[in-house]
Amino acid sequence: MLEKIILLLCCSCAVAQHLCTPDASDGYKVRLSIKTALEGQAYEWNENEMFLFRATLAFAMRNHIREQKFEVSNIIVCNETPRVSFWFVVTSPESTSVLIGKEDVEEAVRKSRNRINSAFLLTDKTLEFIGILPTLAAPVDPDTPPWLIVFGVVMGIVGAGIILLLVSSVVQKKRKNEMTDDEENCEETRVKTVENGSVGEGVYNMSFSDDERFTQM
Amino acid sequence: MGQTKDSGSEERPKWDNKAQYLLTCIGFAVGLGNVWRFPYLCQIYGGGAFLIPYLIALVFEGLPLLYLELAIGQRLRMGSIGVWNSITPLLGGLGIASSIVSFLISIFYNTILAWVLWYFFHSFQNPLPWSQCPLNDNLTGYNVECEKSTPVNYFWYRETLNITPDIETSGSLQWWMVICLASSWCVVYICFIKGIESMGKAVYVTATFPYLVLTIFLIRAIFLPGATDGLVYLFTPDWETLKNPQVWLDAATQIFFSLSVAFGGLIAFSSYNAERNNCERDALLVGIINSATSLYASISIFCILGFKATTGYNACLKENIMFLTNYFSDQNITVENYKQWFDHLNETFPDKVFSLNLRECDLQTFLDQSASGTGLAFIVFTEAVIEMPASQVWAILFFVMLFSLGLSSMFGNIEGVLTLINDLKFVPRWIPNELVTAILCLISFLVALIFTLGSGNYWVEVFNSYVGSVPLLIIAFFEIIAVIYIRGMKTFSEDIYFMTGRRPNIFWKACWMVISPVMLLVVLVAYVIIQAQTHPTYHTWNPDYERNPQTQVKPYPDWVFAIILLLCVVPVISIPLVAFYKLICRVRNPSATAVFRLTHRNRSSKDMESYNATMTLT
Repeated sequence: MLEKIILLLCCSCAVAQHLCTPDASDGYKVRLSIKTALEGQAYEWNENEMFLFRATLAFAMRNHIREQKFEVSNIIVCNETPRVSFWFVVTSPESTSVLIGKEDVEEAVRKSRNRINSAFLLTDKTLEFIGILPTLAAPVDPDTPPWLIVFGVVMGIVGAGIILLLVSSVVQKKRKNEMTDDEENCEETRVKTVENGSVGEGVYNMSFSDDERFTQM
Repeated sequence: MGQTKDSGSEERPKWDNKAQYLLTCIGFAVGLGNVWRFPYLCQIYGGGAFLIPYLIALVFEGLPLLYLELAIGQRLRMGSIGVWNSITPLLGGLGIASSIVSFLISIFYNTILAWVLWYFFHSFQNPLPWSQCPLNDNLTGYNVECEKSTPVNYFWYRETLNITPDIETSGSLQWWMVICLASSWCVVYICFIKGIESMGKAVYVTATFPYLVLTIFLIRAIFLPGATDGLVYLFTPDWETLKNPQVWLDAATQIFFSLSVAFGGLIAFSSYNAERNNCERDALLVGIINSATSLYASISIFCILGFKATTGYNACLKENIMFLTNYFSDQNITVENYKQWFDHLNETFPDKVFSLNLRECDLQTFLDQSASGTGLAFIVFTEAVIEMPASQVWAILFFVMLFSLGLSSMFGNIEGVLTLINDLKFVPRWIPNELVTAILCLISFLVALIFTLGSGNYWVEVFNSYVGSVPLLIIAFFEIIAVIYIRGMKTFSEDIYFMTGRRPNIFWKACWMVISPVMLLVVLVAYVIIQAQTHPTYHTWNPDYERNPQTQVKPYPDWVFAIILLLCVVPVISIPLVAFYKLICRVRNPSATAVFRLTHRNRSSKDMESYNATMTLT
């Protein structure tokens, strides 16, 4: 009895292995570049990591085809290389000789790509499924482009500065006009008294105006 | 009786202090060319060897011209129009020519500042917009044009300029460029709103900030990997280049345009000085600081370019390593042992390695990728900044530095135009200066809208290459002739004695009388001959070109060629025109000109009398 069970298992394994070949029509090649991605903190690829991979793929398949319960044994891996690349195929949980079609596998991987990547601390570029294009992150499109905000701030400051300077120069001019009006009134009275004393063209004679100030005080 | 005031000196503005004047002159001289033209020339003309023709040109051509302009402006205390008119009315056109050149240059220069502002506004994002390609319309892949070239190229040519394939296709006004241009003209206006009062204060920031940023960049860049490669590359002298006359020509033109002589701005600035200022020391200071800044900037720039070359080289190697590892299933190839692995694999499987089409990775090729002008700032440097950690900070610092460098040069240009308006008294007295400056800025903005079209970049190149070259050389040549030969070396020596207390020594005299005019003439003739030998061409960005991202070289169409000739001729045409006009006036009305000459002789002799009087008193 035991021998029969063992024989059956071996047969099924053999059959399953037979399903997974490189360039299989429903299989995908996976390539991992752990050292490139993680450099110093790279982990070693061993059987446990492979188990994690198969489990993650089973999870992806379950997410995609909800009716069927995929198990780790449904993910068959072959042709493993030390570079860490291998082929895998997915068998249906109902019958182990039937492979899930390429499109379904692709869809499943695409949907859960992010989860698969983060399980291995890798990215789309370092965990490659040959033939499945990475989904491109939708660009974050803010309502107002940020550059317009900066532009608004800068222009606001510059505009406020221009208005401030213009207003202050107008106010200054008005004040100067008032002051020169006052000065001219004072000067006219001063000039009338001084006229006899000044000679020809030349420097305004300050001594008399100084005298005026002193006597006023 | 009232106060007798000389109405000229009452209205003539003055610098608050000497530092303002020096900073303004230095800011005017130190511009974008110091950062993006000098390092490029150093690079292509054999590094350290280029310094020799450059320094010779500085000493024999740059400094004498600078000293001459500062001295004559300070002595005659008038803007560029008034100065040449008072030396001889026949050469009054020199001032007009200077002002026209200043105007034409200011309109395209401010467009470059508008581009700098655009990049500055975009530096506040994470990630930087020029670091990745945008997606195409149905989100299945990246934009095709961006994929063929690089994200940096795409951002510059498509998102900033939206450039057309050639200069004949004008495209439409790019609204984003229009508002950036408006903001840069507003910034210029706010700095110039009160004439040199406001400009003198603005210059404290705009002239000193670039040095701060260059120092920060230098400190950062020295520690980047590959910086020493860049420096070694820059300064390794290649003495063979000295035999090439083109090197000497480029050194002479570089020093000439770098010092910003013949714009009229320097004459105006020095005319606001006190009468007894030591302009010889000022000229030496400005000239030497300008060249020192060029050298200093090129050190920072080349550290960063060395870093960029090393990063590019490493990326190339990593790409090749990926190909080899995928093919040969080994994971032990690293950047360090790449060479051994590659040789080993090439020996054992030569045809397989060949079939992989690996890119040849050579550090020298990456270092050789040189760029100058806008290519350096907006393509090469932005690419380098992406690789540096905290890219936004470096991008912001870099673009603010470029903006201040350009802004302080703009001050000199605007001053050159404003003196035309003020000296020729185009506007009635009751219109306030603020309004005149506003109208000037508005007109310049409207004219500069050409540069915001799709073909705007090509027009900027046209202006850059032709307006700021031949006319300036001609103006400078006539300036020397006017001061030294028409005013007379003797009178000019007396002027300098009056201002500084020392007569100019034999070196200055020899330069002014012989060496500088001869050098200018030789440079001018050589320049014109070289330009005339080939039909001028320009680089275009054509997405349909097979060898995109390389630029396609096209010849200028005939109507553009006619415009180029106009741009070279129109500024300088005023010199002979005004001369003829004054000659005709003199022929018609000899008595008036005699009176004119008499008052002028009197004025200069009266100055000498008052100076002698003060000297005897002390």
